[in-house]
Amino acid sequence: MDAVQNPDLTAGEQLAAVLRDRMAVEYGPGTKVEDLVRLSGGASRETWSFDAVPPSGARQPLILKRDPMDRQADKQFEGVPEGRLAVDRWTEGRLFQLAGGAGTPVPEVPFFLARDERTTEGFFTQRLEGETLGRRILREDTYAGARPKLAFQIGHAAARFHGIDLDLLPPMRGLPAAEELLHYRSIMDSFHQPHAGFEYGFRWLQERLEQAGDRYTLNHGDFRNGNILVNPDGLRGVLDWESAHLGNPNSDLGWMCVRSWRYGYHDKVVGGFGDVSEMLDGYEAGGGGRLDPAEIYFWQVFGTLRWGILCMILGFTHIDGEQRSIEYAAIGRRAAETEYDLLQLLN
Amino acid sequence: MPTDRPTAAELVEAVREFLTDHVAPNVEGQLAFHTRVAVNALAIVERTMAQGGAMDDAELARLRELLGQDGDLGEMNGALARAIRSGAMDNDRAAVLEHLRLTAEDKIALANPRYLTPRG
Repeated sequence: MDAVQNPDLTAGEQLAAVLRDRMAVEYGPGTKVEDLVRLSGGASRETWSFDAVPPSGARQPLILKRDPMDRQADKQFEGVPEGRLAVDRWTEGRLFQLAGGAGTPVPEVPFFLARDERTTEGFFTQRLEGETLGRRILREDTYAGARPKLAFQIGHAAARFHGIDLDLLPPMRGLPAAEELLHYRSIMDSFHQPHAGFEYGFRWLQERLEQAGDRYTLNHGDFRNGNILVNPDGLRGVLDWESAHLGNPNSDLGWMCVRSWRYGYHDKVVGGFGDVSEMLDGYEAGGGGRLDPAEIYFWQVFGTLRWGILCMILGFTHIDGEQRSIEYAAIGRRAAETEYDLLQLLN
Repeated sequence: MPTDRPTAAELVEAVREFLTDHVAPNVEGQLAFHTRVAVNALAIVERTMAQGGAMDDAELARLRELLGQDGDLGEMNGALARAIRSGAMDNDRAAVLEHLRLTAEDKIALANPRYLTPRG
């Protein structure tokens, strides 16, 4: 059953009706839906903010994340090789719950939204106060007290969700490091644009695969400054679990160290706010054991290369006409930044 | 290319100034963001028109030296990429890495010069 947008209603009006019915089930008949507003303009997912207001009882600030109603946009996104690897909304919501249960700070996921003729599948989270924009987290005075704590808290949070028993996880794709490397190289090859700098990075990594480490756990998959919620006290939530997969947990920590999310504060390797040693201290305190910085470095190189390939994917999504976009075209050129970072990291 | 004024480079500059001075102040949200992205893209084109030719010449000269063969820039970069993958350049790593770093610095000088950091 596919959801269809009623042409006589706006997207917001149709969703408001869906939410009134759903909130009546959760909070009782007569629950109102107020201040419904769409937050993200992304083609791949819809994110909406609203308040559920029961006739008697507390106002509930909520977020809905659901698949796009515009299936054309969804199809275009699925054309991006990386897009096919994303988990579905049910799995994503479930991962919020499992991570929260394991002691990672996340917004609570109180219930889900099933697909029907009026809506695509989604899940609800609490709407928490805080900041997600990486630049603001690094610059604004409000977060001056939070910044020195973040690298430790990031490490601690990662140790908690990396420790989740694999048997508890919903079905997810997984790739050992060697195959993940070949996966990204084959994506690069698919563009028929030879890239000597990235090629050097692939060779460097292949020669050092034993530094990848041999653990295999839940990976967040996009663990970076930009996907965390920060309040003046520090880390409040790890968000956006849609790229989650099974793999080497050091991959998440290396990804956090990629320069592109330091927003100019490039001497602070971890997210622009901290050092690797603080992150590893937090990881150990969170029960993940003492990690080898050489393994994190391997995955920082890997992450830098991976981000370069993702920039190429978006650039070619524009070039090949799947989705013409000045933004994608410009991101395509950001591959030059990742190549520059990559070659600085190599020896 | 015609030598008439305005030149192609001057036209690109004119479009960038138009977007900066007349469009950007009058739009907001997603459109304002995309206008900034467009302005940056045109600045890349301007820098490439001014500096790209000399960079290509230098890159090609380095590639001839490294590979001991001749060809256009696309062919030579393809040859270097294949040689790195096959391991054929493993004995020349320092020279390859130095070439790649110089090339990457040139790419950054065009794409986003503020991103350059001093060599450590």
